[in-house]
Amino acid sequence: MKGILKLGFKLLVNDKAKFSALLLGITFAVYLMMFVTSMFFGVLNHASANIINVGSTIWVMDPYVQSVSNSVGMPDYVLDAVRSMHGVKYAVPLYSGGALVKLADGNYQAVTVVGLDDTSLLGRPALLEGKIEDIYAQSGFIVVRDAEFSKLENPHIGSEFELNDNRAVVVGIAQVATSGLYGVPTLYTTYERAIQYIPNPRYTISYVLVEPQSMDDIPQIKQQVEQLGYRARTKEEFMKRTEDFFIYQTGGGTNMLIMTAISFIIGLSISGQTFYTFILENLERFGALKAIGIKSRDLVGMILFQATFTALTGYGMGVGACVLLIWLAKLRLPSYAAMLTYSSLLIGFVMVAIIAAISSYVGIRKVLQIDPFTIFRG
Amino acid sequence: MTHVAIQAKGLEKWFGEGEAKTTALKDVELEAYFGEMLYIVGPSGSGKTTLLSVLSGVLKPNAGSVLVEDIDIWKLDADKLADLRLNKIGFVFQDFHLFPRLTTAENTAIPLILKKKDWDESVREAINYLDIVGLKGRADLPPVKLSGGEQQRVAIARAMVSKPDILIMDEPTASLDGDTGNSILSFVHKNVLNANRCIIVVTHDNRIYEFATRILHMEDGRLTATEKGAASGTEKGAPFGAEKSTT
Repeated sequence: MKGILKLGFKLLVNDKAKFSALLLGITFAVYLMMFVTSMFFGVLNHASANIINVGSTIWVMDPYVQSVSNSVGMPDYVLDAVRSMHGVKYAVPLYSGGALVKLADGNYQAVTVVGLDDTSLLGRPALLEGKIEDIYAQSGFIVVRDAEFSKLENPHIGSEFELNDNRAVVVGIAQVATSGLYGVPTLYTTYERAIQYIPNPRYTISYVLVEPQSMDDIPQIKQQVEQLGYRARTKEEFMKRTEDFFIYQTGGGTNMLIMTAISFIIGLSISGQTFYTFILENLERFGALKAIGIKSRDLVGMILFQATFTALTGYGMGVGACVLLIWLAKLRLPSYAAMLTYSSLLIGFVMVAIIAAISSYVGIRKVLQIDPFTIFRG
Repeated sequence: MTHVAIQAKGLEKWFGEGEAKTTALKDVELEAYFGEMLYIVGPSGSGKTTLLSVLSGVLKPNAGSVLVEDIDIWKLDADKLADLRLNKIGFVFQDFHLFPRLTTAENTAIPLILKKKDWDESVREAINYLDIVGLKGRADLPPVKLSGGEQQRVAIARAMVSKPDILIMDEPTASLDGDTGNSILSFVHKNVLNANRCIIVVTHDNRIYEFATRILHMEDGRLTATEKGAASGTEKGAPFGAEKSTT
């Protein structure tokens, strides 16, 4: 069988024009599909940036919250009630909201402000410069150094700006695991300062962050919060809800499906058609092989090998091209949203497997149908 | 020249049904012997190629039987029939059917590769056969770089590399000019034919009749006449047959 596979390999690879067209088709399809899904998964990841960065085990919120960026304010009694629930180790408030800052040059810049519990500073970022206790200093804010950092005119410790006519001073530069989706800088301060500086509706607690006494307590905490008329979600559940919002309610999911389908159709058309042409051009010679004495299963094995080899090579090249492009993009834009996930790789692999299966099925069908007698008839 | 290589009994073959039915073979009986070069000749549409296909296990007859060394080949299953073709029959097709993307040596080695022999060993053996047909120096070239006559020689080397008992040649001179065709058949008669091999040639090229041991005439699907050819059969060994005489 090894020799027959080598024969198939040489027949395929030595036809450089067709082999290149086959590889190009599959590589392009895989690249396109991987890139679309990578971008989409990256966007989903960035959409959950606050959940990831704050890192609380349980998030208590209004039942109508659809994503982390669209919080609905809760009254203070919710915090007190949660703190008194069975299984709760501790609970703290979190403010999350948007604001406009006035920069030194007079320009305005939109920012996301995260207000951390004054006592515990739960969810604080890792500092690159400055000390965390300086957040308690008058007008103290910590700026996240990410791709949007420069929009605040590359501030340093001591830089000043205005927030709703209040003076704000940079007391620390921080880094976070994931930057936000909306392309605006992120500021951290205390909860009390946040609600003091930013005009707010009646209720100011965006989320209550909860640490359970043990993981086993999570179900009963969720149940008790629900009885209160609110929702308690684990970090993973909240991320899933945020992702679902982007997939099903923003059109993002539909767009991804459409792009994946288009890349699949392109890949299948180019590769399927080229492989079929390859088979057709060699049909008489395959017929000659049948006359000489090749067994049908060996012929099928040879064609399957050709299709599989082409598909896997194209898959590898497509993934490689996607990785290269994302890497290059991230060199220029560190917060570039694309993110290669196992799901992307799996979806790409399944798609390529289907393309290979359909192409080889069509080829095998044609080759098995050819009657070697036609070789004698000329 | 007394051992029967192929025996056909009562062969019938038709294509289509009803009004579209065309009968290609009608009660054909023949025997081909080891050591002879048997020609099947006749006008186009007389059934020569159909007969050749049925005899070589490529086209199943509607009635009758074909015995190759006493084995009724049309009672074999598909795999055993493929094995029989691979091991006992060599084919030289009218249009050669060489793979343009393989080298001459690789093309020649195909029957050995199909027999699951090691690739490198098969190619080495194929080069020995190319040496016999005078093309060793062209072993690494693709067939498209060879002339028609050279391609035909490659096809002969490919047919012979598996050391078959029976060599089937379908219109071997159809794609060649007169002199080249003559030299090819002369080569086959001199170097391929031996006491342990039977060569069946389908042709309507009367310029090569001089190499026939026997000539069967076909018309309308029937064998109508047999005549003795100008050439004699052979009992002697030949370069392509040396391996057979030792078995």
